[in-house]
Amino acid sequence: MKVTMKVTDVAQQEQQLRGADVLIQSLKQQGVDLIFGYPGGAVLPIYDALHKNPIRHVLARHEQGAIHAAEGYARVSGKTGVVIATSGPGATNLVTGIADAMLDSLPLVIITGQVASSVIGTDAFQEADIVGITQPITKHNYQVKDIQNLPRIIKEAFYIASTGRPGPVVIDIPKDISAEVFKTSGVGDEEVYLPGYQPTRSPNYLQIQKAIQVLSRAKKPLILAGAGILTAKATEELKEFVERYQIPVVNTLLGLGSIEGSHKLFLGMAGMHGTYTANTAICECDVLINIGARFDDRLTGNLAHFAPNAVVIHIDIDPAEIGKNVPTAIPIVADAKDALQALNQTFAGPDTGKWLEGLSDNTEKYPLFYKADKQRGILPQQAIELIHRLTKGDAIVTTDVGQHQMWAAQYYSFNHPHNWVTSGGLGTMGFGFPAAIGAQLAKPNSKVISIVGDAGFQMTLQELSLLQELRLPVKIVILNNRCLGMVRQWQETFYEERYSQSLIHVQPDFVKLAQAYDIQGYKVETMEEAEAVFTEAFNSNEPALIDCRVVQMENVYPMVAPGRGLNEMIGVSGE
Amino acid sequence: MKRIITATVINQSGVMNRVTGLLMKRQFNIESISVGHTEQAGMSKMTFVVNVEDEGKLEQLLKQLQKQIDVIKVNDITDRAIVMRELALVKVVTPPSVRNEIYSIVEPFRATVVDMSKNITTFQVIGHPEKIEAFIDLMKPYGIKELTSSGVSAFVRETQKSNTEKLSI
Repeated sequence: MKVTMKVTDVAQQEQQLRGADVLIQSLKQQGVDLIFGYPGGAVLPIYDALHKNPIRHVLARHEQGAIHAAEGYARVSGKTGVVIATSGPGATNLVTGIADAMLDSLPLVIITGQVASSVIGTDAFQEADIVGITQPITKHNYQVKDIQNLPRIIKEAFYIASTGRPGPVVIDIPKDISAEVFKTSGVGDEEVYLPGYQPTRSPNYLQIQKAIQVLSRAKKPLILAGAGILTAKATEELKEFVERYQIPVVNTLLGLGSIEGSHKLFLGMAGMHGTYTANTAICECDVLINIGARFDDRLTGNLAHFAPNAVVIHIDIDPAEIGKNVPTAIPIVADAKDALQALNQTFAGPDTGKWLEGLSDNTEKYPLFYKADKQRGILPQQAIELIHRLTKGDAIVTTDVGQHQMWAAQYYSFNHPHNWVTSGGLGTMGFGFPAAIGAQLAKPNSKVISIVGDAGFQMTLQELSLLQELRLPVKIVILNNRCLGMVRQWQETFYEERYSQSLIHVQPDFVKLAQAYDIQGYKVETMEEAEAVFTEAFNSNEPALIDCRVVQMENVYPMVAPGRGLNEMIGVSGE
Repeated sequence: MKRIITATVINQSGVMNRVTGLLMKRQFNIESISVGHTEQAGMSKMTFVVNVEDEGKLEQLLKQLQKQIDVIKVNDITDRAIVMRELALVKVVTPPSVRNEIYSIVEPFRATVVDMSKNITTFQVIGHPEKIEAFIDLMKPYGIKELTSSGVSAFVRETQKSNTEKLSI
């Protein structure tokens, strides 16, 4: 419907509620107090409504920065991140972040502008079929076709994004809808009614009994703890379960923080770059209880060799994950918290003494290791250990993807849940720094350290503008190895050292770059310098960027080569 | 293995795209798909015939379909007592010399003539997909000029044999 406005009607029309006002009101009703976004033609009515009825808005310098910041915010706060972008390029710039949030199950509501309904499908200026584009990478998406449906759609979107297995929901709003006058008649406080979406939270009693039976007879039980535990806020329940029954735990990459890194029953991260003890435990266990992880290929390695002796119990709120990759004896569709509470009822725990002894022998014999050498300079592992020591394991750490991410996962031992913000499933370069901005906004009083690579950082460094603008004391530590580290490592290992396009010979002066954004910049090349600079920067209330030069040719170990089983690790100490 | 799957979906724009997009993304091979209104306003029923490798893949397919917000219910009805129908329109070359011969083949299939020109007859044939296939095979030697079919529609019968296993989620 086209709105034609007579001049005499202007005053009266301004009193009326428009689609955009309804949107802002509905967002407030959902408790939204922070929006990440970028304006443009198709969202002008929305930004106008936001001007009249403000919600705190963070103006990123690129839509990708906005959505990664929203992801960081969602991961740390547990709340739904909200993003606004305009039609066409604004919306397509969000695609990477949407896919990232989908694979890592982050709750986001993304509002995109769309060209006016009357010209949709005519290849109008800044038109892109964002509903079609995002359909396979969203939990659900909508295009608003009738303004009267807008309040219901927003309610549904938040409900879908934040419940069950969380995920991103896109709402595409044509410009005429956000500008159109809203008729209040006929729209009440509609309840969310989604007959096709009813996530199961409570575990099936019989399945829990079966799991208990299997567990109590187990000799070598093992827990695989994934991000589902963090989403369900079930870390206390996990700890109780682990300690009461003395069952050792391994983590997925995204599950880090679900148990303290220093816990004596924690064996480390498992998978491609997991610890020897964690991977060996998976190979040897007789019962594997997966809580809130999806048996990703980077965790399992070759499925034919994965947990060959184990009866698999899989607890997941998403039934489609159970049995997808690994045959499961006891499927339990449930929220991790509810399931763990049910499992925590007293039963005769297994006798795991011998099993634990063997595992701690492994940890002693084959720990994570690196060969420090003063002549070569800073090893990235040392840099992470230093960050850990200075922040006492209490900081929020964000990363991109690649070598620095794996080293952070291996060497930054987390004391607390919800402090680890990384791009796991999609493996997005350029994620870490904007995510740190979102994380700092979620927890203004926490220390936020963004550990990034020199290449990934350059993909989203435009967001440096936000640090001084919003007075965010984020510390950026660039582990600068002047190459695409993980690509280079694979080329070294699998392509006979043919370093095709992975070495970076020209770089900006990161210190000057920081200064251009009015941020304190540092460059460190020795451990002594690093110790002094990290200490100074971390103790300051100002943002900082540290160009930490690290050894270029260092590799991440141990490693399970692609296509191999977890029993075939290379780069284990003592070899 | 070939499976017949029905899905009750909320009838709104894009739902067909959502479902076929999902099947494509997860590398499922659709043989036929049909969709139409149901007795309930706002609901549509989809019937797919899909080829899946094994039970595991089938389970994934059912679960992934069920996960869609617009999908209300998914059933694999292959192993149940069902009524299954497909409609095909077949344009066959029918010069007068062979016309009688063709008609004698057509009759047992209870196919009907829905259009006719000097040398071409269009037949409509309705039935189990296997019957349609047999009909098409028999017409092939005479020359099929054009062919279109509706895809399979299917229902579970009211009375089930007691020992048939129900496979649904």
